[in-house]
Amino acid sequence: MTQAFDRHTLFFPETDGEAYTLGPLQSGPLCCVPEPLIRVTNLSVSYGNHPALKDVTLDIYRGCITALIGPSGCGKTSFLSVLNRLTDMIPGCRVEGGIRIGGQDILAPRLDVSALRREVSMIFQKPNPFPLSIRRNIEMPLREHGMKKRADLDEKLERVLTDVGLWAEVKDRLDKPALALSGGQQQRLCIARALALEPSVLLMDEPCSALDPLSSGVVEDLIGRLKGRYTVVIVTHNLAQARRIANYAAFFWLRERVGTLVEFGQCRQIFEAPAHDLTAAYVNGARG
Amino acid sequence: MAEAESLAVTRRWLPEALMTLAVWGSALLVAGIFLWLLGDLLWRGAGHLSWSFLFSSPLNAGRAGGIAPILVSTLLILGVAVAAAVPLGLATAVLLAEFLSSHSRFGRLVGLSLDVLAGVPSIVFGLFGNAFFSIFLGLGFSILSGGLTLACMVLPILVRTAEAALRAVPDDWRLAGAALGLSRTAALRHILLPAASSGLVAGLLLGVGRAMAETAALIFTSGYVDRMPSSLFDSGRALSVHIYDLSMNVAGGDGNAYASALVLIGLLILINGTSLWLAEHWLNRRILTP
Ligand SMILES: Nc1ncnc2c1ncn2[C@@H]1O[C@H](COP(=O)(O)OP(=O)(O)OP(=O)(O)O)[C@@H](O)[C@H]1O
Ligand SMILES: [Mg+2]
Repeated sequence: MTQAFDRHTLFFPETDGEAYTLGPLQSGPLCCVPEPLIRVTNLSVSYGNHPALKDVTLDIYRGCITALIGPSGCGKTSFLSVLNRLTDMIPGCRVEGGIRIGGQDILAPRLDVSALRREVSMIFQKPNPFPLSIRRNIEMPLREHGMKKRADLDEKLERVLTDVGLWAEVKDRLDKPALALSGGQQQRLCIARALALEPSVLLMDEPCSALDPLSSGVVEDLIGRLKGRYTVVIVTHNLAQARRIANYAAFFWLRERVGTLVEFGQCRQIFEAPAHDLTAAYVNGARG
Repeated sequence: MAEAESLAVTRRWLPEALMTLAVWGSALLVAGIFLWLLGDLLWRGAGHLSWSFLFSSPLNAGRAGGIAPILVSTLLILGVAVAAAVPLGLATAVLLAEFLSSHSRFGRLVGLSLDVLAGVPSIVFGLFGNAFFSIFLGLGFSILSGGLTLACMVLPILVRTAEAALRAVPDDWRLAGAALGLSRTAALRHILLPAASSGLVAGLLLGVGRAMAETAALIFTSGYVDRMPSSLFDSGRALSVHIYDLSMNVAGGDGNAYASALVLIGLLILINGTSLWLAEHWLNRRILTP
């Protein structure tokens, strides 16, 4: 018996859902109702005997963009992959602590992981479209999740490709290989593929770092427009980018070779009035 | 710099030259042996080849007549072997490559036993097949016994090549699939197996080649009755057994032995061509790379 993952509670947890609008992509509310969607308590992650992340407690707010910043190896990717249980795929990876998304304990051993991953989607650093046509990249997962009607699929395809600003660029070559697209286009296709499953949370692991500055700008604008409709957690080494798009920021740091959360707060506060010396040093050092 | 290099080259020209000679010599030798073999077969066998050779039964212990029943038995044996070995081999390969970590003790055990099996001489497979399929399972000397014995024999090749082909598929796509909530089966069916299909087919062809060439394992299992088989439970003579018999036991059978060998090679080329075509146009028809 696997435990069903209830989508409804994600959209409307304890509240009546009135406070929050699910508007069209471009016109989402600019900032967000500060209402936690993901509550992480005392989270620790270790690989074999090597602890990678220790004692992280933090809330991620619905409809907001939360940026994770910090030096290499401090456990940002590990943190992201716990949120949709991709860590299950790594042998020897142990997770302790609590994570609740919309009130549900997602670390429960019997949780329906596939349903969780549809709700909490992940975008990787390196664009990874499937070696299929552009159309099938988006349709295949949809079909697997039960959408079979041609008309529905076509409508969905056009909508998500329009959402990521790719429709005009690819509408004449939908049956051409996705791997022939440019890196930036591939990354936007991956985002479209994730959006097609209507997730409520998007995890993004350095989504722009493999792209040239122009494509990176395009993807960044896209992420900015996701604000309001999706809850986004983004890892980035580009502090300027974090400042531009994020509402909240979390600063991770290595203490005795184990990643820890140093400071979490509103993005402006982290960058302009950090409470912690380490944060100040990092955001200023990296800026200069 | 250039001078130093040229000096070095002059001082060491002898080993270099020997090396070049050895490399080219070996390559030419290998190609030469193959061409000589093929030429010899054509020279001595082509004269005996005709449509009636392919479509008539052997007469006078194979000295005259054709090879129709033998061709049929060969294809049946091969069919049984492929039908048994491919699903089993593919499933094992999927288990090894996708479900067990490369450090898993069970995985290594399976891998090790496969590698040992791959090195077992075919005569041993013949004796095993005879004891197990023919006697223990009561299949007797039959096409079924022979095919199943061949299946055991080619299984290690099939599993190891399929495993390697699957491992060569980038992990990015597994992660992407998992992150979209795809089941492992879906990822395998839509992405991993199609993307690995050329490697899978190459392995299958290695296995088929080995099976077609096999003699020792078949003498004890499918036997050497050269009548047209009427079911899988009949004994049937494979082409390789026929060639062996004609060239070793039948005086005056050489001509037809050469002709049969030509047919065997032709059949292999045909099977290779069809499989590659199928892999290209059917197995991975949805896989698109720029
Ligand atoms: N699959 C794994 N197996 C073993 N150790 C791992 C694995 N993934 C990460 N680690 C270890 O966990 C620690 C944190 O890694 P993680 O990838 O989460 O850091 P990161 O903050 O994302 O770094 P970066 O900014 O370079 O991407 C590192 O010490 C790393 O060596
Ligand atoms: Mg990382």
